[in-house]
Amino acid sequence: MVPTVYGRKLNKVPYVELADGRVQGVVSSGSAGERVYVSSVSAAPHTLSCATNNNRPCGGLGGRACKHIGSLIAEASRHYGAERVAAYLRVDGGKSTEDALADLQGPVSRESTGVVFTRFLRYLSYLEYPGATAPVPELHWFPAGRFN
Amino acid sequence: MLPAPLTGLLASTPPGVDEALELTDGLDAVLTDGLARPGADGARALEDLAAATGSSPLAAPVREAVSSVGAGPVPAASLAALAGARTALTGAVHDALLGALDTALGRTRDEAGAPAAPSPEPAPELEGARSWLTELAVAGWRGVDRDLAAGADAALTPLLEDPSRRRLAVLLDGLGAELRAHCPLPGDQDPPARRWGDLWARAVLLAQDAFPAWPGAPAQEASGRLLPLGADVHQHPTAFQVQVHALLEPSDGGPVRLVRTSVSALKVDVLTRESVWGLLSEHTALLGALAEHRALDIEGMPLLDGGDLIWHDDRAHKGGPADRFAAARLHLAGAAAPAVPALERHPARIAEPVLLEGYAAKKTTKPALALELDLDGARLPVSLLRRPDSSSLDVRAAAGSGACIGLMRWDAGRWSVQMLGVAAKKDPADQTHTADWAMGPTDPKFATALRNSDPLGTLRERAGKLLRK
Repeated sequence: MVPTVYGRKLNKVPYVELADGRVQGVVSSGSAGERVYVSSVSAAPHTLSCATNNNRPCGGLGGRACKHIGSLIAEASRHYGAERVAAYLRVDGGKSTEDALADLQGPVSRESTGVVFTRFLRYLSYLEYPGATAPVPELHWFPAGRFN
Repeated sequence: MLPAPLTGLLASTPPGVDEALELTDGLDAVLTDGLARPGADGARALEDLAAATGSSPLAAPVREAVSSVGAGPVPAASLAALAGARTALTGAVHDALLGALDTALGRTRDEAGAPAAPSPEPAPELEGARSWLTELAVAGWRGVDRDLAAGADAALTPLLEDPSRRRLAVLLDGLGAELRAHCPLPGDQDPPARRWGDLWARAVLLAQDAFPAWPGAPAQEASGRLLPLGADVHQHPTAFQVQVHALLEPSDGGPVRLVRTSVSALKVDVLTRESVWGLLSEHTALLGALAEHRALDIEGMPLLDGGDLIWHDDRAHKGGPADRFAAARLHLAGAAAPAVPALERHPARIAEPVLLEGYAAKKTTKPALALELDLDGARLPVSLLRRPDSSSLDVRAAAGSGACIGLMRWDAGRWSVQMLGVAAKKDPADQTHTADWAMGPTDPKFATALRNSDPLGTLRERAGKLLRK
């Protein structure tokens, strides 16, 4: 079974996932209401990427993580638990997991934002499908519980 | 349930169960390494499977399937035959276990009717699902990489659009999420072969053109008073279902029947614990009755042969207060139980309501957290796997209970009870049930958290802006 994720506030980082070897997600802009950033960090060597959904690079991203990536990692740690995020990114031990995640450094790369943004839209679309009242017996294999 | 029959049930496995599961385990080992390279052990396991189905209508297709494995591309019909053979075996295990349980409970079960008719139409929307399931079987669980695991999404897209394919969509999405979370498997780690074999085999059957339409034709219309016993809660990252077990007092004066009714919704992973119930808010009467411990009056609700009421909230009214333990004490022992539909027979589907009283709950923390109910020496494990966190029914409430309404389950090769509701030992009027939060958390801490974060509202607002621009 899949480890259950934790509930969290979604206004700042509405979407986060561990996929394609990266922690990636959608981060709301601090200044402009409609603008969102697609941010990601790859597993070691921790390649950093951040751009608007129109592929404009984030001005705050240099040799260190920008504030969007900071928010992404913080929310990913709430969502999955810091240990799971650190393991996925292959963050080295030595210091505390939280400190290591807060201080990620790596080469900057411009990943295309389209894939993650499309996945975010697909994610949202799950809430648009109507509910069902016919039984789904297959869900007996998926008891509600917490598996972590 | 009484201690003596329970002791008998726990002490022995019905004849044939171990042998049948040995055969399915053999197929699961082949699915672990992949049909592309079955190896000597795998070839022997497949031969055994063919021999076991030798006197059934499956004999010819299974024989053909077994000889096709390892000799070039595996035809789709071969996969269907292998999944069918596995399903026949797990179905037989289900029947033996449920028979033993019915005997222990003294429960009378309806005779099964004719199976649902095959669907006559070809279904091109299933093609993607079949080819993904074929690729999984050929690669084997050990050969599933990130890309293959992600293949569930493409297979799912045409199914999500079609409400009559909801069962397969929900199953593929659940399996896909597990494969994404665990694959590629580290070399030293074994896959949950029986579990994934179960999910794969059911998905292969659901992906056949001929699989009967869902949910099938209603057998009759039911009216009367519905007394909920408890709610079984199911969930994976993108699905949530509440299955209510209830006693139906038909208005025509017929015998009291055990029925269940299910309401479900698709969701996203971040909706968990206190935020899941909002997904079902359209079913006001049902959720209200669950939260307030009331009966329901229903009028003309479709009731399938398998005991499933197809919920129509507009054909139900909240009734008076109904104590679930009182209802169970009064009616559960004598209630008629429905037959299990042929294509649903599987040990994982066994979920028989029981009332347990006068036990001592024993909690242990080593080697792992465990809870057992001691009924006069018969020790029944409590299923902690099936313990939703979307209610106040936690281990503490369970350990402090003196009576419970639960579901008898057969998980991981043993009997256990899944608690749906408990009455405290110190004060039997102090009850906790799994659906107490149906109209919102009753625990102020979680109610405040839900008000502050409102994840469902936030996501719906986003969807409104982004999806309908």
